[in-house]
Amino acid sequence: MNWKHVLVSTATVTLLAACASKQAPAPVTGSTGMDGQASTVTPGTAGQNTVDPLRDPNSPLSQRSVFFDFDSSVVKGDGQTVVNNHSAYLKSNSQRKVTIQGNTDVRGSREYNLGLGQRRAESVKRAMQVLGVPESQLEAVSFGKEKPRATGNTEADHAQNRRADIAYDGE
Amino acid sequence: MKPFRLLLTLAWALAALCMLPAARAEMTIEIVGGGTNRHPIAVAAFQDEASRVGGNLTPIVRSDLDMTGFFRQISPSAVPMAPADPASPPLPAWQAAGAQSLALGRVEDAGNGQVRISFRLFDTAQRKQLTGGTFTVPVAQTRDVAHTIADMIYQALTGHRGLFNTRIAYVLKSGREYLLQVSDVDGARPQTILRSREPIISPSWSPDGRRLAYVSFESRKPVVWVQDLATGQRRAVANFKGSNSAPAWSPDGTRLAVVLTTSGNSQVYVIDAAGGQARRVTRSDAIDTEPTWTPDGNTLLFVSDRSGTPQIYSAPAGGGEARRLTWEGSYNVSPKVSPDGRSFTYVRREGGRFRVIVQDFGSSDSRTISDAAYNERPSFAPNGRMVLYASDEGGRSVLYAANPDGSSRVRLAVINGDVQDPAWGPFNQP
Repeated sequence: MNWKHVLVSTATVTLLAACASKQAPAPVTGSTGMDGQASTVTPGTAGQNTVDPLRDPNSPLSQRSVFFDFDSSVVKGDGQTVVNNHSAYLKSNSQRKVTIQGNTDVRGSREYNLGLGQRRAESVKRAMQVLGVPESQLEAVSFGKEKPRATGNTEADHAQNRRADIAYDGE
Repeated sequence: MKPFRLLLTLAWALAALCMLPAARAEMTIEIVGGGTNRHPIAVAAFQDEASRVGGNLTPIVRSDLDMTGFFRQISPSAVPMAPADPASPPLPAWQAAGAQSLALGRVEDAGNGQVRISFRLFDTAQRKQLTGGTFTVPVAQTRDVAHTIADMIYQALTGHRGLFNTRIAYVLKSGREYLLQVSDVDGARPQTILRSREPIISPSWSPDGRRLAYVSFESRKPVVWVQDLATGQRRAVANFKGSNSAPAWSPDGTRLAVVLTTSGNSQVYVIDAAGGQARRVTRSDAIDTEPTWTPDGNTLLFVSDRSGTPQIYSAPAGGGEARRLTWEGSYNVSPKVSPDGRSFTYVRREGGRFRVIVQDFGSSDSRTISDAAYNERPSFAPNGRMVLYASDEGGRSVLYAANPDGSSRVRLAVINGDVQDPAWGPFNQP
């Protein structure tokens, strides 16, 4: 089992420390978020003039999202095309790994929605495995309803959020 | 029952000293419902509290009592005289004013920056003292004494242990930040335990009140962490491939039920509270999630959609046959068991509304205790007399505490942010 303990040293927030005798400084997480890290290392293209297809906006690989019907985790139509394109890339670039991030619309239990998003991510993962992508290049995780792309309450908003995104490691 | 509304707005000058701007928590306590069987009590202003503790005593005692939904407060102006001697108040006059009980007290200077706070609780009809006490503390601890006095009044008049010295945990969404906070039950004195740009969900108290387990998305996936509240030290205790979520402490504090996805779907596992190997508890090809323990530690309740819709099940904590507990409705989620083990609360979707339900074990009888259209994540107070949950009001999330019989509700609105995923802490708090 791929298990590890992570011990994180705590950051100091003096404002809080001054406040309450029992209270330790609140740790601050070091996450860069989804929009950080512009200087990503791109393996496999060093010394070449070719554009990394993952960074080419005209490449089919720029399509990263698989959309689902209401209450469904079945990969369909356009979604299958996205799965096909990334599966082909992963098979010929075996050093690359992806995280498939499942999402749901915004109503209901946070934890049950995490399960629903996981089901969508696993569905995409299995579709890629069927196409021959090794399991070691794939991880299915869920954001549930915590990171919606659309925050409105229309059916179009909900449809945007019923989604799994393919994120390459290092991006 | 006619709805009964009382609005008390209390500005916490003391709390404001100690808060981050984003975490401002001026409380509005609003009592909704109830009214017929409530106990009429007068809490007279503590003598000399204005000059000695900045008036930060009586309002806190009163709002604590209001929160329970058990009391109806008789205005102290009904008997327009400050009793010179708290030992012998004019009880007949208070009885005539409608107060069945009278609480009163005084604040004296004890020297060295300390105050001596004394109080007494009387039964106005029987003309006798029910309880009382004296506390000598630094001025800064006045709020703790106020909570203790409210606890003593509550226990003397209801027979149930008071919980105003317990704390609650919740996630405050503030701008683009998520703050995991712990505060007094009335939202005062919030302390930020963790701040992150990525979501934090599902805080769960250890039974000794010293640690919180929670799910943080800081590594771009859900991972279960345990954090010591006193030292701030934290450790990822479930960080397996896939998603890790829904931590729930065993009643003896040694283990955590968690949800892992290493099998390719969300399943319930048990791990040691310090981390380590996971032992699988549920075996289905469905989503099994939101585990929670019964007080004896023998049974786990959890949500599963193995029937096609999410429903609540119970199973032996050591693994074994699951039994379905909810049969009404097509969406029943987020269970928590009452401290006496006799009932459980959860959320049911009904006609587009998400209601907080309390249901007794051994019967399918259930009652709705919430009023708003959208509610999330109920949890019992440690004395079982209240249920805390999050409610959507006008697009933002606020906290409610409701009587589990559905007779009353109190809104605890924290200003300046959405309050999500509340969890009521245990009696045992350091």
